[in-house]
Amino acid sequence: MAHIVATQWPLLLTGLWHTILCSVIALFFSLIIGSLFAIFEIMPNRVMRIIGHVYVEIFRNIPLLVITMFFFVVIPLYVTKINGFTAGTIGLTIYTSAFIAETVRSGIQSVESGQMEGALSNGLTFWQSMRFIILPQAFKIVIPPLGNQFINLVKNSSVLAFVAGFDLMYQGNMIANNTLQTMPSYFIVAVLYLVITMPLSYYMRHLEKKLA
Amino acid sequence: MKKFWCFMGLFSVLTLMLITLTSCGSSTALSKRDVLQADKKSNTITWGVKADTKLFGLMNVKTGKVEGFEIDLAKALTKEILGKNGKAVFVPVTSQTRMPLLRNGNIDAIMATMTITPQRAKQVDFTRSYFDAGQAILVKKGSPIKNVYDLNKSGKVVLGVTGSNSVENIGKFAPKARVLQLSDYAQAFTALKSGQGDALTTDNGILYGMSVENPGYVVVGGSFTKEPYGIAVNKGQKNFRNRLNKALTAVEKDGTYNKILKKWFSNVPGLNYKEMMR
Repeated sequence: MAHIVATQWPLLLTGLWHTILCSVIALFFSLIIGSLFAIFEIMPNRVMRIIGHVYVEIFRNIPLLVITMFFFVVIPLYVTKINGFTAGTIGLTIYTSAFIAETVRSGIQSVESGQMEGALSNGLTFWQSMRFIILPQAFKIVIPPLGNQFINLVKNSSVLAFVAGFDLMYQGNMIANNTLQTMPSYFIVAVLYLVITMPLSYYMRHLEKKLA
Repeated sequence: MKKFWCFMGLFSVLTLMLITLTSCGSSTALSKRDVLQADKKSNTITWGVKADTKLFGLMNVKTGKVEGFEIDLAKALTKEILGKNGKAVFVPVTSQTRMPLLRNGNIDAIMATMTITPQRAKQVDFTRSYFDAGQAILVKKGSPIKNVYDLNKSGKVVLGVTGSNSVENIGKFAPKARVLQLSDYAQAFTALKSGQGDALTTDNGILYGMSVENPGYVVVGGSFTKEPYGIAVNKGQKNFRNRLNKALTAVEKDGTYNKILKKWFSNVPGLNYKEMMR
């Protein structure tokens, strides 16, 4: 096992870098898009509510691999040329944002309705009361499930392996096939995923304690 | 912080367990079992074959059965070894899954467009070659790429399949090209169609199969390597391998081999099957 690490570390390092990069980009954008659609889902305007629901229901219920393959195969055919890494990151962002939207919506709805009424009657607009009154309370509540989504996101980034996105799993496949040491190769990949997810999980716990 | 160390402790225990498991688990059951004996007893040979490769092994959507050159040859070999009533069971494998499946004993032998290479020969035992392929490239009709050396420019993207040695060869013939590895031939070809790469590389037999199905794509430049396909069995199964070699000689001598070759390769444009007759 040490032999594989010693000889294949450039591949592993590129894999780790691509996985982290994809995760960070997808995490950032899925949080923004997810929160936006969560707000859409509870807006007084009926059209916006429908848009929010449709988005969440569609992307929550399609497998991640299918979304990613769509961006990898169909988009370059008709729209613009995108590589595997971009296709994978877009797919991951869209997929995760649907779950984050549901998580954040549950958080918003668990904030007492009196808070919104109070904010509105004090002269704040809908978006202002969201931004300053509701969302800060909602996020505090949803930190544990949100942490779950983030960890899932990192693990789901292995979908990049299927579209040649140069992530950890892709490099793992390559190393397993080059060295023909299947078991140790995937074991090393698993450890490297833990290296990313463990601190993340620990940080979310810390955040939960600090804010609660 | 205490919790963190708890985590790490648990983690290292798990690691240790896994290392011990890997070091002792793999060698016991399989090496003691004689595959040839076991197969004679059960009257079945389980073959790992391709299910996504036209001409060699392709799943027929209507019947749900795998069909191709390798399938017919495997059936012939099974009959030769076990007699007329011998049963051949086919398990679909990919370049990625075939080695682990063989090692775990899920299949007795791999007959899945697998090139005999020295590196692989360290892990498995090969029979004599049953098909002499060579690596080539497939491009869209009218593409400026005429041979493998045209790909040796930065910005050119070559598509291949993970676990096939063709991607390594591209590194020798066109080191400047970027190689994308996909999980199987169907995916690699889809990626070629959607313009994710300039050419698809693998063994010519497989590429000819793709161009038969999709007339808009052609094999250019001929083959630039020699890729003899062999049947792989687990290390330590000398009896089984020798028996397979003997059976291969037998089917070559009685004309079964040529019959199967003609059945699958006589209608392939650009390929002279008579040169490959044995």
